[in-house]
Amino acid sequence: MKILTGNDLVTGDVTWWTGDGWSRHIEHAVDVDSQGEAIAAAEEAARRVNGPYVIQATMTEAGPRPAHIKDRIRAVGPTVRPDLGLKPADPTIGDWVI
Amino acid sequence: MYRYDDYDQAIVDARVEEFRDQTRRRLAGELSEDQFKPLRLMNGLYLQLHAYMLRVAIPYGTLSAPQMRMLAHIARTYDKDYGHFTTRQNLQYNWIKLADAPDILAQLATVQMHAIQTSGNCIRNISSDQYAGAAAAEVEDPRPWAELLRQWSTFHPEFLFLPRKFKIAVVACEEDRTAVQLHDIGLQLHRNDSGEVGFRVFVGGGMGRTPMIAPVIREFLPKAQLISYLEACLRVYNRFGRRDNLYKARIKILVHELGADEYRRQVEEEFLHTQTLGLDAPQAEFERIAAGFAPPAFETGLSDDVDRSDPDFAVWLDKQVAAHKAPGYAIVNISLKPTDGIPGDASSAQIDLMADLAEAYSFGELRITHAQNVVLPHVRKADLQAIWQKLDAAGLATPNLDLIGDIIACPGLDYCSLANARSIPLAQKIAGRFGDLERQRDLGELKIKISGCINACGHHHAGHIGILGVDRKGEENYQLSFGGSGAEDASLAKIIGPGFSEDGVVEAIEKAVGVYTSLRADGERFLDTYRRVGEAPFKEAIYG
Amino acid sequence: MGDLIRFRDDETHEEPAVTLDSFLEQSNATAIRLEPTDDPRALIPFLDRLSLIEVAFPKFRDGRGFSIASILREAGYTGELRAAGDILVDQIVPLRRCGFDAILSEAEIDREVAAKLAALYGNVYQKTVDGRAPVWARRSDPTHG
Repeated sequence: MKILTGNDLVTGDVTWWTGDGWSRHIEHAVDVDSQGEAIAAAEEAARRVNGPYVIQATMTEAGPRPAHIKDRIRAVGPTVRPDLGLKPADPTIGDWVI
Repeated sequence: MYRYDDYDQAIVDARVEEFRDQTRRRLAGELSEDQFKPLRLMNGLYLQLHAYMLRVAIPYGTLSAPQMRMLAHIARTYDKDYGHFTTRQNLQYNWIKLADAPDILAQLATVQMHAIQTSGNCIRNISSDQYAGAAAAEVEDPRPWAELLRQWSTFHPEFLFLPRKFKIAVVACEEDRTAVQLHDIGLQLHRNDSGEVGFRVFVGGGMGRTPMIAPVIREFLPKAQLISYLEACLRVYNRFGRRDNLYKARIKILVHELGADEYRRQVEEEFLHTQTLGLDAPQAEFERIAAGFAPPAFETGLSDDVDRSDPDFAVWLDKQVAAHKAPGYAIVNISLKPTDGIPGDASSAQIDLMADLAEAYSFGELRITHAQNVVLPHVRKADLQAIWQKLDAAGLATPNLDLIGDIIACPGLDYCSLANARSIPLAQKIAGRFGDLERQRDLGELKIKISGCINACGHHHAGHIGILGVDRKGEENYQLSFGGSGAEDASLAKIIGPGFSEDGVVEAIEKAVGVYTSLRADGERFLDTYRRVGEAPFKEAIYG
Repeated sequence: MGDLIRFRDDETHEEPAVTLDSFLEQSNATAIRLEPTDDPRALIPFLDRLSLIEVAFPKFRDGRGFSIASILREAGYTGELRAAGDILVDQIVPLRRCGFDAILSEAEIDREVAAKLAALYGNVYQKTVDGRAPVWARRSDPTHG
């Protein structure tokens, strides 16, 4: 699948395209198929996202999993500070990255 | 320390207002990201993996206790309660909101700090020796010159859109703690045969994709002509540096492609012209700046004796404390490299504590080092034990300066959008493997430097052991190099062979260290042994 | 062709600008256009008879024009010096400090923003061709402009 990601213009938070908006949680990301670039351009013009780009991912039981480690780290936060990520209660979240 | 006058303050305040307006225009849609990016970068604001990142300048690595406290305050108020000290003596916040950035800059301005030109293709923060003004062997304090350059380079209209970024270092010792030969311009104060003090000028050093040690472009430059000479160096670069290829745009490539002699000839020709323009500030202005760096009021008649009866304290003393020029005083190195920590990171509480210690024991002064540690430059020997106890209680007293555990690491793929691989977990693994401090001390000086990408923020080319993270088909992979040095014996590390996984690197380093301990002659550092015996036995042990 | 802002009082020069090569070959032109790669010092013998030098900025990140302008002013050129091309409003202050007294921007320049930015920096650290007294001169003699 292809999913769309970027950073929130105002906060810089990592965000994922949910089909009708942006979420900080990759679990909410949807397949954008061939529409990614068009959505990215419109959303960037509307200043709802900064630097959006389309990535490859695979759907798993836990949700979409980006093909590249960089986007997996973006999804969970720095692996060396799990306490600062989106799942601070899960100290093994770093393992999902690798 | 230098204090802003009304002019300095007005200029920094103006910048805050300018950036506030630029940010407003960006958020209102009047500026596109393409237009805003160079403007925010010139104020140190990046967009990184998880958020915006703000890089605050710590000019020539010197700061006061109130400035240090402000860094803690900002970390607590606008970030996630910590900051990261960098290899360019700056501080980075990793979790900044764009909308907060103007307010943060305004807060910094209240303590005479800024983020001006900490990124962008312009003259960056001037770096210097963390022992400046405290080391016995220095010709004179280099920081007044660094401050003069800070002012000269701030919004220099001709040099705001250079082919690429531009880093200048100023030092005044033969012993080099700043990697002066690996800067775009390195300025080294020294005395010539007639006893006059002037600058040795290195141009065209750097790390990155094409590492180079800078050639000497001028052996002796009279101090009073520093600005007109640098204007000539920069003008030749701005006009003729390559702009067709990002990776060939640094001045090192220009100097290399022209040859040092031809670059020198062009600079000298331009210098004949720039000398006629009255660009250098008069001596009185230099003296005004230098007065700000007058030595603190050292007490006299202090004893040099230190009670070494506590063995843990004695170990720390031998490792972290360096000689000071004033009798009865010492230089304290604070380690930001606890074995399981993140190199260069400090919590707000730790930053506050270091500010408190500076105020109580070091004339209110601190320094940041390019090895991502902190220095208290002027400490009475009689106070060392009390300082050690407080540092130890805060996890800041690991006695590992310049040892295998004192690893330089860039933020890497945990934070940085340019990175190809993570640096910090590898640093932690290596530090953990060699966690026994007694063993570290036995191995002696061994500088490991890790970069998560080719840009080399982790100085891997200058590591006794350098590690470069690369992306191999989506997997993190690490190239291992040996034999680099960023000190006065500067050299570039050489890749030893095929790369490794994270665990593979740790094993390879273990083997390399084994080769060193079996072959070392008396008093030889790892680097010395490597230089003497060559790479063959290391290669054999690692790949054989 | 773009948005022209002039910071001089004389009449706008109407004659089309020629390239450096054609000027040097044989030309009585009084207006010339320099590319970033051109050597401005080739014009030094002719500065008296030029009334417009346009310096091209193909991209706003290309800063060569800042040095070209400084060199021309240092050589005594007093005619119109125009920065032309991809120029941001935020670049006008440094352009003027390097001696440009006209801006021809591909995109429309917001006059209000330009005025606000120009008013911000009452103090400068460097001596340049714009003749403003740097703070190091004002510190010793506050009567300096």
